[in-house]
Amino acid sequence: MKDYLYEDVSLKSWLLTTDHKRIGILFLLTITFFFIIGGVAATLMRMELATAPGDLVSADVYNRLFTLHGTVMVWLFLIPSIPATLGNFLLPLMIGAKDLAFPRLNLLSWYVFLFGGLLTLWSIIIGGVDTGWTFYTPYSTTYTNSHVIMMAAGIFIVGFSSIFSGLNFIVTVHSLRAPEMTWTRLPLFVWTLYATSLIMVLATPILSVTLVLIAAERLFGVGIFDPALGGDPLLFQHLFWFYSHPAVYIMILPGMGVISEILPCFARRPIFGYKFIAGSSLAIAVFGFLVWGHHMFAAGQSLYAGLVFSFLSFLVAVPSGIKVFSWTATLYKGSIRFDTPMLYALGFMGLFTIGGLTGLFLATLAVDVHLTDTFFVVAHFHFIMVGGMLMAYLGGLHFWWPKMTGKLYPETLGRISAVLIFLGFNGTFLPQFILGYLGMPRRYYAYPEQFEFLNVISSAGAVLLALGYALPLAYFTWSLIKGRPAGADPWNAAGLEWKVSSPPPHHNFETIPVVEQPYRYPRPGHE
Amino acid sequence: MKTHLLVWLSLMLLLGLTVVAWQYHLGFLMALAIAVTKAALVIAFFMHLRKESPLTKFVAGAVLFWLLILFGFTLADYFSRLGF
Ligand SMILES: [Cu+2]
Repeated sequence: MKDYLYEDVSLKSWLLTTDHKRIGILFLLTITFFFIIGGVAATLMRMELATAPGDLVSADVYNRLFTLHGTVMVWLFLIPSIPATLGNFLLPLMIGAKDLAFPRLNLLSWYVFLFGGLLTLWSIIIGGVDTGWTFYTPYSTTYTNSHVIMMAAGIFIVGFSSIFSGLNFIVTVHSLRAPEMTWTRLPLFVWTLYATSLIMVLATPILSVTLVLIAAERLFGVGIFDPALGGDPLLFQHLFWFYSHPAVYIMILPGMGVISEILPCFARRPIFGYKFIAGSSLAIAVFGFLVWGHHMFAAGQSLYAGLVFSFLSFLVAVPSGIKVFSWTATLYKGSIRFDTPMLYALGFMGLFTIGGLTGLFLATLAVDVHLTDTFFVVAHFHFIMVGGMLMAYLGGLHFWWPKMTGKLYPETLGRISAVLIFLGFNGTFLPQFILGYLGMPRRYYAYPEQFEFLNVISSAGAVLLALGYALPLAYFTWSLIKGRPAGADPWNAAGLEWKVSSPPPHHNFETIPVVEQPYRYPRPGHE
Repeated sequence: MKTHLLVWLSLMLLLGLTVVAWQYHLGFLMALAIAVTKAALVIAFFMHLRKESPLTKFVAGAVLFWLLILFGFTLADYFSRLGF
């Protein structure tokens, strides 16, 4: 029987497919394209910042570069990254289903994403936007003459893709689990996808409405955010961060799920604290909605609101802490193998922890006054987004690549890429903590001489980082043609997705699969 | 059918009330209360939430609760801004 890749190889069969696995691949190609665009913008910024004076690009171009980098990386790469690619591909396989609950909605989600993404790209091609990815008012509504509405329209449309995927995942988990797949047997990756989907469905509409309000004020002068028209500029920040803080968890939660799959497999130990990890995912999804004001401590928010948001922000660190401790306990007394996915997972644990803890610095009212809008903030969220999420994404991609393509990638090169990215990442972003602490503001294209040394280190680190990303791009492509066949279960892993052949057949399972307890390591009968 | 007609009539009645409230300047809160009643009627009967499963009701309730979080915290900031 033919697998999903070769069942029908015509272009039409790809563009009209309702197979969740093919749609996952379509998303993978699309977001890789956007990642490269966002990466080019980052490279240009690091080149500008390698020397103190603003000499490579003009201030105006620099503003457009960081807006482009932020917008593309957040909405066109990070938000869909794991859910739309690995999630799409794996969710039905992991719960023993033949597809998602709404296969055609799934395809629509990709087309909507593509259309919104291209519209965003178009706004950049015709001149770009200089507001930063946050579109703060009243600058975005009253003062800038860049293409805010066009870009906002693109993001608005992309939002529907998130909502569609979220709905689809929620319904699938509720209704399409194999008969023996009880809630406490669900892989933790599925739990995190479920929690992520809740956030997508609950938060994204708020962003959509907010973007419409920006357009309404820009086009028709409706006084919502502009004080001159009777509006309140801080209202924008409330609405924006009501979406965008939970969006941080849209980006990181699926990564945590990936880590929870990789660690037990390469430590040959059952996951520690299954119920706590599953429950803390839901806790993050809910409590993540109560902390958005920590982005506004220095923006003129009331001290009372600041106190409440600060306190709640400390609380929301607890579920993440539960996860990190559970992962560490999973490793304890394990027989650990340092294959590529594991190297990425271990990198994630360290970098995510640093990112999370520096978040607590920023959640502290008095410290935040000193650090707000400096490079400290930039370093902090890159530790979460890149050190955390991107490491998890790449770890997951390496872990499931044999399943998705049926081919093995070169293991040595994989390990080199993981180490290169870890070193390059730290080289890039550790100096930025110090720079921020010393007072270097973000979003400036020139800076005083005394910051140059640390900026040079940061830019040099970025070169390593770029090499580290180019490597998997090259050997993954190579493996498609020359890679050795993977077999159904190259890692000797638990989980239903490893029970079917690689690449899986069109409808995943011929018969209803038998479900065992999750994370049965070491594998019975094998070791 | 009969209930639908009754609900429609009460919606029309509430619409009339909206006009009256505006003419006699009964204020923003009054207008809001009438609007919420209208929305509740539409959701309960026309979108037949009343006959849906408990899970659907829970979801509808949760969404309202989420809106409450958004409005609650934002207004908490707004009203306490001058106080401190
Ligand atoms: Cu936040």
